[in-house]
Amino acid sequence: MDFSAAAVPGNHRTMKNNNSVLSARGIGKTVKSGANDLVILREIDLAVTRGEAVAVVGASGSGKSTLLAILAGLDTPSRGNVELDGQDLFVMDEDQRARLRAMSVGFVFQSFQLLPALTALENVMLPLELANDDEADAKAKEVLERVGLGERLHHYPKHLSGGEQQRVALARAFVVRPKLLLADEPTGSLDADSGAEVIRLLFEMNREYGTTLVMVTHDESLAARCGRIVRLAAGRIVA
Amino acid sequence: MRQSWKMLLRDWRAGELRVLALALTVAVAAITSVAFFADRVGQGLARDAHQLLGADLVMVADQPWPREVAAQIERAGVQRAEAINFISMASGKESSLSGVKGVSENYPLRGRLRIARAPGAPDAPAERGPAPGTVWLEERLVTALGAPVGSRIKLGRAEFEVAAVITLEPERSASFFNIAPRLLMNLADVPSTALVQTGSRVWYYLYAAGPAERIRSLEESVRPKLGRGQRVENLETGRPEIRSAVDRAQRFLGLTALLAAILAGVAVALGARRFVERHLDGCAVMRCFGATQSQLLRLHAAEFLILGLAACAAGCAVGFVAQEAIAATVAEVVQTELPPPRALPAVQGFLVGLVLLLGFALPPLVQLKNVPAVRVMRRESGAPKGGTIVAYAAGLISLSALLVWQAGDLQLGLIVVGGFAAAVAVFFVLAWGILRLATHRRVVSLVANSTLRYGLANLRRHARGNAVQVASLALGLTAVLLLTFTRNDLVEAWRRSAPPDAPNRFLIGVQPEQLEPLQAFFAAHKVAVPDLYPMVRGRLVAVNGAPVSEADYSEERAKRLVEREFNLSYMSELPGHNQVTAGAWFSPTERALSVEQGIANRLGWKLGDELTFAVGSERFSARITSLRKLRWDSMKVNFFVVTAPAVLEGFPVSFISAFRLEPEAQPVITELAERFPNITVIDAAAAVRQAQGVIDQLISAVQFVFLFALAAGLLVLYSALVATEDERRREAAVMRVYGASRAQVTGTQRAEFLAMGAVAGLLATIGAAVIGQLLARRVFELDLPPSAALWIAGPLAGLALLSLNAWLSSRKVLRASPALTLRDSV
Repeated sequence: MDFSAAAVPGNHRTMKNNNSVLSARGIGKTVKSGANDLVILREIDLAVTRGEAVAVVGASGSGKSTLLAILAGLDTPSRGNVELDGQDLFVMDEDQRARLRAMSVGFVFQSFQLLPALTALENVMLPLELANDDEADAKAKEVLERVGLGERLHHYPKHLSGGEQQRVALARAFVVRPKLLLADEPTGSLDADSGAEVIRLLFEMNREYGTTLVMVTHDESLAARCGRIVRLAAGRIVA
Repeated sequence: MRQSWKMLLRDWRAGELRVLALALTVAVAAITSVAFFADRVGQGLARDAHQLLGADLVMVADQPWPREVAAQIERAGVQRAEAINFISMASGKESSLSGVKGVSENYPLRGRLRIARAPGAPDAPAERGPAPGTVWLEERLVTALGAPVGSRIKLGRAEFEVAAVITLEPERSASFFNIAPRLLMNLADVPSTALVQTGSRVWYYLYAAGPAERIRSLEESVRPKLGRGQRVENLETGRPEIRSAVDRAQRFLGLTALLAAILAGVAVALGARRFVERHLDGCAVMRCFGATQSQLLRLHAAEFLILGLAACAAGCAVGFVAQEAIAATVAEVVQTELPPPRALPAVQGFLVGLVLLLGFALPPLVQLKNVPAVRVMRRESGAPKGGTIVAYAAGLISLSALLVWQAGDLQLGLIVVGGFAAAVAVFFVLAWGILRLATHRRVVSLVANSTLRYGLANLRRHARGNAVQVASLALGLTAVLLLTFTRNDLVEAWRRSAPPDAPNRFLIGVQPEQLEPLQAFFAAHKVAVPDLYPMVRGRLVAVNGAPVSEADYSEERAKRLVEREFNLSYMSELPGHNQVTAGAWFSPTERALSVEQGIANRLGWKLGDELTFAVGSERFSARITSLRKLRWDSMKVNFFVVTAPAVLEGFPVSFISAFRLEPEAQPVITELAERFPNITVIDAAAAVRQAQGVIDQLISAVQFVFLFALAAGLLVLYSALVATEDERRREAAVMRVYGASRAQVTGTQRAEFLAMGAVAGLLATIGAAVIGQLLARRVFELDLPPSAALWIAGPLAGLALLSLNAWLSSRKVLRASPALTLRDSV
């Protein structure tokens, strides 16, 4: 599988704003719920520039996770479009979006989403292996060292603490050197100390790798550490 | 491919693939061991059945065979033996008619003669035929001649020493021509007796034995040159009763192989489903990290292909070792050296294994590629559905085709495959219906115990998943029941079809005026009066008015049937061992015939055809009004053509009978021979013994093969049981988090399992009973009485199995801490 830039169709490139990594315009999401239409997102406009850190906050059910899924191209909006690294996500098919993600996007989830059958090292290697990277092993070890798990390379997720698992997930997200990192409640499943450690690493690495960060959280103090806060309520941006 | 290899190693290490690989390995092992062993037994049986001919090919003529034919056998590179057969008086102290057979020293080429030092003494196989100057006598003849081993007898102009008592002669069949007791001598001594002269009634035999293809080409080159009075016999033309036993054994073996393969398919499907369920999250994550659909499919397909090839190879190896072990175990029973297995079964095993994997594991795997990436954020996005029925159907069809090919029997294949497909559907619907009904709110509200109530409510919540599980369990259990209870019943029914009280004496040439005195004679000696069938010998001269000759038929056996005289009989009642398959049995006054269906097919006769026979100088015609099926292995008197009494009454007739005589009643026969000197008594005991020996041997071989299908059935049971383990563990953890006691958790699961066990057991019992009856009637043509044991054991087995599983699984569930279980499953 060739994940080089040439493999990605370039005709979706608009090159409007060289500095914008992510831009969403007029995003709406409606789902059927029984006989009624349930509106989850309405008219969301959002632009994120290179190197920026944006927190998306809001109460449960405000639509922040749905927004994140749409920004990542994991879910499709009912209306509007999203440009990621200058390419319109929703004129592509799912596989083209997947290739774009492989090159440009890293993820950190609330529930870690490590593969239980793989060791810490193998979990981190996975995105590189999917892209046929021959140096997967060396790169993965380096990042795991960076998150302080150099001694636990061959442990399985079930033998790691929650904080350690999320650090493996961080390593996995950064190992592909993504342009954009999307984090969904990264501390939601962790105790305060582990959470603090994960957040410290997240921001440090974000700087080191020059990554753009979009983070969904309901933790105000965590949101405050980001350069910008976007507030969602009932599917609208309120601030 | 490299990535797939890595994934395979990782999944293997995690234990994700073990059940699946085990299912596949056991499947292929079962299939190949059955196929290897069946192949060897099949080859062995074919060869051993030849022992009953004494060779692979027998050529019989009423004139000496030209030297050219003997030379042809030599040139074909196969073994050759010779014999001369005739009837003559022999005399020791007394005189008796004896069936003399002069044999070359290497006779018989297949099978062994068995001889003893004295009547009733232990016997042993003979290395070669009688030495020059000596004769071997059948036991009856020793008595009749008053000539024990060591004494001398006169035969024609020569004198011989009695060297042994014959206890078993392979070639000695139920043929009506071995009327006189056997006297076996060396072929080289025959001229010295001066008994074979022009005009003597003598049969000349040439025997050939060797590799099948050489025998076949020999037969092909000899047949076209046969003259009048010359014929060639092979296994198929020679011995219908043995052929039928071999056919039946092959059906049993074929059935077992089919069962094993289908069960394995179910186990693989269940294993693959579990694999997929456990990999949905992983695949969603991989989609998230940029894996395309086709990449995911390729990776997993390659992973499974490598696994499949490895499992097939392992299965073949296990199958090979297993069949060696079985062969060693049954060596005593089989009492014959099995030929080495051929490679074909391994190829079949690989094909079946791969088709199983592709047909049953690929459809769920295809789901993996359709996993929505958004599942990583919203678990409820769930598993993708649909589009897989077509894939399963394709797999099922190709598997069925393979299985039918392997079984070599379309009808059997279709019954088994179709039966199982139908059973799966019916089981699912019934299980779902019963579960819904039994857990209806009104029913549940009647249950006082809260734990039990919660368990039942659980059943209802998962009605569809549980129905799948119950159906799978019922399927596995059906197979196990079929292979234990039903198999025993079938084997018993089969044994009964050649009962130990099969007739061992035939009476030939009873005159009409002797009927009453004969019946009175039997009654006076307290021997059951045997059925006596009238027999008229007639030659077929016309069909539908058109003259018939052997030239009208191309098939050799058809020619022979037409050429020789038919043994015709008439009767008003259909004999018990006959069965009308088309048309209706005639009324006594009709001018009607009933014909055996095999001969009707061979000679192209149909219902309504008019046959004309010549009996002496007279002729008669009648129409075919029914076709019959005969039980050749019943050893009873069978007639190809039977007429209504009105047709044949008045023609010169004699009577024939078959009956059972216990050994202690032998003096009765001696007296019968004195009272009715014209009646010929044939001792068929030896022939019956031989045929029954063959049948017993087949049964033993079949029973061993059943063990493998049983293993496959158990594997399905296991796969079905573990299928919902993850979910149950999660539920138990949630219950315990909310403060349920251990007793409540186990009680709930137990209630759920017991209900499922009862339903599965009941369904399996019904399934086994129905399939057993279908098999018995349609395939094996046996009557299978309903089995009470099955109806008791089936439901109990279901209950016991699920209770055991409930116990084991609740131990596992309780051992894990709820926190850990829940974290794993998030």
